[in-house]
Formats: sequence, structure tokens, C-alpha cells
Amino acid sequence: MSAELVSELKLPRHRIWRARAVATLGPATALCGAVWALVQPYRITLLHPHGQSFWWLAVEPPLLVILVGLLFQLVVVPGLLEDLEEAGDAASR
Amino acid sequence: MQPPAEHVHWLFGTGFVILSLCLLAEAIVGVDVWRKRAWRAYLWPGTLFFMGVMLWPVMTFFTNSTIHMLAHGAWADVLMFAGATELALVRGKLVSPWWRLATVLAFVVSGSAFLVHEQNTWFFQRSSFLHHLMGWTLLGVAIVPFARCLRPRSVLFGSAYALTFVAIAVILFCDRDLASVFGHLSPLAGSPHR
Repeated sequence: MSAELVSELKLPRHRIWRARAVATLGPATALCGAVWALVQPYRITLLHPHGQSFWWLAVEPPLLVILVGLLFQLVVVPGLLEDLEEAGDAASR
Repeated sequence: MQPPAEHVHWLFGTGFVILSLCLLAEAIVGVDVWRKRAWRAYLWPGTLFFMGVMLWPVMTFFTNSTIHMLAHGAWADVLMFAGATELALVRGKLVSPWWRLATVLAFVVSGSAFLVHEQNTWFFQRSSFLHHLMGWTLLGVAIVPFARCLRPRSVLFGSAYALTFVAIAVILFCDRDLASVFGHLSPLAGSPHR
């Protein structure tokens, strides 16, 4: 096997590791928020909304963490994976 | 319509979660890939700067003591300075990596402000405990942005930097206006709200 072939085999693996790690960040964050909501349900004011003020309904930390994870996954990750793939292609050429 | 203090802490905690996700992604894919799109390059420095700006209303409206006001003002200053420096580095207006020391300054000033403005002991109530913890955490981990200043492309230091913000977010999310900490609550603190 030539040295060129070995380098071609190694590059995609490295790229795949990075892509998988980046793609995991958003869901992992959202999962943390969901687990937190299950562990401390009293922090989800929406479950008992009567008599609560605006801020208690608007700012619920576990839901905010889930929201951040989802937004990161939907807004940042797709473009980042595209750019990572492009950079990998350029490097392997 | 003024939010309770604990909600403000939680909102800033959310800001730090955003920062940590962006920084972790940047550390994983590398600076070159992260900065391929202009909006993404400005995302986390812009968030840092915005959090600094949002500390001004906090300073203005939460005036329960002068030292609180001064501490919030100091945080607003150093966060805006660190955010502006990072924005200028991304834009190319600043070139020397030593400008990243602005973040080290932000950590040291913030940590000191936490310790100085907390007048009660660790176990007085939860917010006292968290102020002490946050202060010492920020002072202790100031070495991380310093290491990142020396080796800006290191995955290890980049990830450690991101995880530092995760720790800050967790501490902020633990905050309550008046609550016990590990079963300790001074009778001088008052009775818990919830």
C-alpha cells in the first residue's frame, strides 16, 4: 500500500470524528436540559402556571437549555458541517 | 416588570451556555473552519459583548447596595472590553494574540468583584455560597484563557475554555434569591421565598 493511500484513509476518519462531535453538541445540550427538567420538575413553572408572574413563566432554566441546544443544532451545525466537509475535501485534494 | 434577581442570573447562565457551545464547536472544528462564515466568526464575541452591555441595566436597576452596583459595573466594563477585543481580533483590527489577555483580565476582575462584594460567609445562604464559589472559580480558571492566549489553536485549551463557561453557567443556574445551601441557612438571611 502506498503512503498516499494511507493518508487518504486517515483524513476522512479525522473529519468524521469532528463532524460527529459537532453534531452531538446540540442534542447533548438539549438532553441535559430534558434530564434536568425531569430531576427538578418544580423548575418548570409551565407545569403549574396559575398565579405566576411573567418572569416565572418566561425564564425557566431547563427549557432555556433545551432551547439553546435546539437552536444551536438548527442554526449553527448545518453550515458548520458543510464547511467542515469542504475543508476536508480541499485538504485531501 | 423588573425580573427577580434569580431570573437575571438564569438569563446570564443561558448566555454562558451559548458561549460554551460556540467555543466548544470552534475548538473541535478549528478556527479556520469556524470563521468560514462571517456571522459565525462574530457569534460568540458578539454574545460576550452583548452580555456586557446587558449588565448595565442590571447595574442600574439592582441597586440594593453600592458595592453590588460597583461590582455589576465592573463586570459590564470587563465583559464589554473582552467582547470588543475578540470582535476586533476576528475583524483583523487587532492582530497580536496578546490582546486575548483582555479575557484573562475579565476573569480576574470578575472573580475579585464576586469575592469583594459578598459580605457574608460561605454558608450564610445559597447566593453567598455561590458568590464565593464563582469568585474562586473565576480566579482559579483565569489560567485557562491565559493558556489559550499562548496557544490559540490548541483543542485542549479551547475545550477547557468552553467548559469553563459551562461551569459558570451551572453556578448561575443554581442561584436563588433566598435558599439554603447543603441544609445551611442563617436565620439572619430571612425565610426562603419558594
